[in-house]
Amino acid sequence: MINAGVLTVSYIIATILFILALGGLSNQETARRGNWYGIIGMTIALVATVLGVVTQHYALLLGALVIGAAIGLLAARKVQMTQMPELVAILHSLVGIAAVTVGFANFMGSSGHLEGVEKTIHDIETYLGVLIGAVTFSGSVIAFGKLSGRIGGKPLTLPARHWFNLALLLAAIWFGYEFVQQSAAGDGLVPLMIMTGIALLFGIHMVMAIGGADMPVVVSMLNSYSGWAAAATGFMLGNDLLIVTGALVGSSGAILSYIMCRAMNRKFLAVIAGGFGTGGGTATAASDEDQGEIVEIGAEETAGLLETAKEVMIIPGYGMAVAQAQHVVNEITKKLRDKGVNVRFGIHPVAGRMPGHMNVLLAEANVPYDIVYEMDEINADFPDVDVSVVIGANDIVNPSALTDPDGPIGGMPVLECWKGKTTIVLKRSMATGYAGVQNPLFFLDNTRMLFGDAKDTLEAVFKEL
Amino acid sequence: MRISVPREIFPGEMRVATTPDVASQLIKLGFDVAVESGAGIQANYSDEVYRDAGCSIADVDTIWKDADIILKVRGPEGEEVNRLRAGQTLISFLWPAQNPEMLKLLTDKGVNAMAMDSIPRISRAQKMDALSSMANIAGYRAIVEAAQHFGRFFTGQITAAGKVPPAKVLVIGAGVAGLSAIGAARAMGAIVRSFDTRPEVKEQIESMNAEFLMLDFDDEDGSGEGGYAKVMSEEFIKAEMALFADQAKEVDIIITTALIPGKPAPRLITAAMVESMRDGSVVVDLAAEQGGNCELTESGKVVNHHGVTLIGYTDLPSRMAAQSSQLYATNLRHLLTELTPEKDGQINIDMDDEVIRGATVCKDGQTTWPPPTPKLSAAPARKKVAAIPAQEAAVEKKKSNMGPLIATLLAAAALLGMGAVAPASFMAHFTVFVLACFIGYMVIWNVSPALHTPLMSVTNAISSIIIIGALVQISSDNELIMWIATGTVLLTSINIFGGFAVTRRMLEMFRR
Repeated sequence: MINAGVLTVSYIIATILFILALGGLSNQETARRGNWYGIIGMTIALVATVLGVVTQHYALLLGALVIGAAIGLLAARKVQMTQMPELVAILHSLVGIAAVTVGFANFMGSSGHLEGVEKTIHDIETYLGVLIGAVTFSGSVIAFGKLSGRIGGKPLTLPARHWFNLALLLAAIWFGYEFVQQSAAGDGLVPLMIMTGIALLFGIHMVMAIGGADMPVVVSMLNSYSGWAAAATGFMLGNDLLIVTGALVGSSGAILSYIMCRAMNRKFLAVIAGGFGTGGGTATAASDEDQGEIVEIGAEETAGLLETAKEVMIIPGYGMAVAQAQHVVNEITKKLRDKGVNVRFGIHPVAGRMPGHMNVLLAEANVPYDIVYEMDEINADFPDVDVSVVIGANDIVNPSALTDPDGPIGGMPVLECWKGKTTIVLKRSMATGYAGVQNPLFFLDNTRMLFGDAKDTLEAVFKEL
Repeated sequence: MRISVPREIFPGEMRVATTPDVASQLIKLGFDVAVESGAGIQANYSDEVYRDAGCSIADVDTIWKDADIILKVRGPEGEEVNRLRAGQTLISFLWPAQNPEMLKLLTDKGVNAMAMDSIPRISRAQKMDALSSMANIAGYRAIVEAAQHFGRFFTGQITAAGKVPPAKVLVIGAGVAGLSAIGAARAMGAIVRSFDTRPEVKEQIESMNAEFLMLDFDDEDGSGEGGYAKVMSEEFIKAEMALFADQAKEVDIIITTALIPGKPAPRLITAAMVESMRDGSVVVDLAAEQGGNCELTESGKVVNHHGVTLIGYTDLPSRMAAQSSQLYATNLRHLLTELTPEKDGQINIDMDDEVIRGATVCKDGQTTWPPPTPKLSAAPARKKVAAIPAQEAAVEKKKSNMGPLIATLLAAAALLGMGAVAPASFMAHFTVFVLACFIGYMVIWNVSPALHTPLMSVTNAISSIIIIGALVQISSDNELIMWIATGTVLLTSINIFGGFAVTRRMLEMFRR
């Protein structure tokens, strides 16, 4: 219906629109436009492909599209903002499984029109596409399970897990060799399937070994993988649009992973190797010391402190998401701002379970985004802050990250709230954070502990205001 | 158990050992609280408000007779001692070191006595530290008294009628009282200087925007046990006195708070220094009761010497009875909370608890004072950590210089190797791939961290462009492939629509 030239031009337009979409997300003003660029680009690519490539089975295609669209739109409408990480994880798994099925279908459908090196390269592309796709799929499913609480957040640490991973990798390479050999002889489905099994196992094991608070890295890493899977599929099909899009997404996820790792002062490989914060080794060394006495505070006194303050900094953490406290946080913020208190938010890059998680929650509760600041923007302001309110966060406000360079979180940049006049910490109990280190902040003279569910206690505080 | 709060009979004592607020919290702990009629009047708490808080009001006889626990501010004296009987628990200031006869009397009577002044100075017991509470008030009140007798502003002003210089205040001894005085004087706008023999308080003084007066002396640390000061060497005292003599000529107000536990107050301000002060200056001597830091102060009185007012009040907390009663009552409540772990109104004097052990001076006919020395000091142990991380970081940087270089070379070699064997069509795709990676790299760095979640969901939606792979296959004549492709289209379209829709929903929420 349309010729190859028009198809290519459509793909180029779609590519440009995708780049503009990512570029548009650089700030809040242009982000919505960016999303529209993405939608338009996707539509153009789809329509052009349908018109230019598809020759029959339109009804099936349409049916699948409509059902998929319905499910997708419903999920997007129903999802709670606190569940975003889970949704993103499960959507990643769809890209992964798609890469696997496209790879298989392509392998089964192609009938030896390639020869020699080209054939080998094509096989390797297929193999890689399926491999990355399978890892993405199983990894995302496990990540979804962990994020939604269906699987425990504790890292699973098998005794010889690094050797296990290495064995899986070697097996995958060996079957890759087998696959290329057999494929040349017109066969090869068996090694491809075995490898898929290995890759699935690898994905499961990899994410199982990673603990709850490293999830931002995992989610962005899976994001990256889904991109690489698309790119590998693009190579397999010789389709530049897929290659470009996959590469964009892949590098985007990789950069996000890097940003997250840097925010935790950890090496990417160390996160992926997993097993962090299991209580072994040096993690508990510091917690035996007598840390001194904590001072509790009630909702009423908290309200009093907030009202008399001039500068208030709110530091949300995963606990706010768990308790769904973002709305009452916004109510308190509004009330205090009406009274002339300068309320701001300090967001640590790895707060929550995915990059930018806290920002989304605050945005959902209608907190204006121009009072929400990143750690780097705000850390120098703490000496002028009268009251810092830490809501369900622990490791990201731990002073020992700076004072104890050899500790498990040593060197990790943290929000230095203890430099302010008073810090109020909302927490359910005195349990240590994810890293398993005691937090000296809780025992400082100018720290007050407000125990209980963040939402309930904040509602009590709001009533007192 | 029944808690009784008698009226204080010491002349001029205006404080009361519990307030209506605290009483209601004690009732929550399971106690009955009885207050002697008129006990709180001087601190502005009428019988009526006590009754509203759930206390019973009783006359002096029943108060003492029916009591299981007696809360007081001052130790018992005269008639009060006779009213005490065996088995009762008395909690108040007792000063067992200064009043050995009283201690013996209480022991012989079989009274369990806990001295609020003997609560050990450990971090856990800070909330029961009545000495600190009272010192805080004394320091504040010292400034108020000074202002009363000082005929000028504290703060500097430039008015139409001329310029007013700010008052200069010297606070000697930066303990709780000293710091409180610094805070009050600063709040009124004075220029505040402070001196202390313990170098670790320098930061505390400076944190309150006062100037720490350094002594030009080989560092001798004046910190004694429990965070208190100790006696200094002779040379040190000489240097110190020279400093005070200099300061006396400059400052308008001197507040002295220097005390060493168990010793008479050190003489810091001589008659000559007072005479060198400007007329109208004020000296407030918080150590007057222990003999005074200033040679000329008279305990409990205000005197004028050479035009300088010397204030020697010993009842500063009592002069702010409402405030000091409230803080003291709260300290008592914290102690009682420790004593009743079950919250059932039954106290348990647990001699294995360091704080309770320290406070208990006699129990069941045995004198239990002085207690064994506490294990931990309230003064923070100094740590040396600062310079280390920076150095380590520098070392790390040097090491890793070679790493990326080798990696780059290896990658270049691998690429060249691939270029040598790969067909042209692959290399064309590969070019596109590498360029796209770089575009992605450039674009993503500009994304605001606040938008990372929308970024992920939009890239996720975009990566379902993989649907094109399925679209290519759906027209296949092979049934199996056709169905696989259909399934793939279904899955990826969930992703396309879901991803874009949820991104849109999120972005809609970002409002200024």
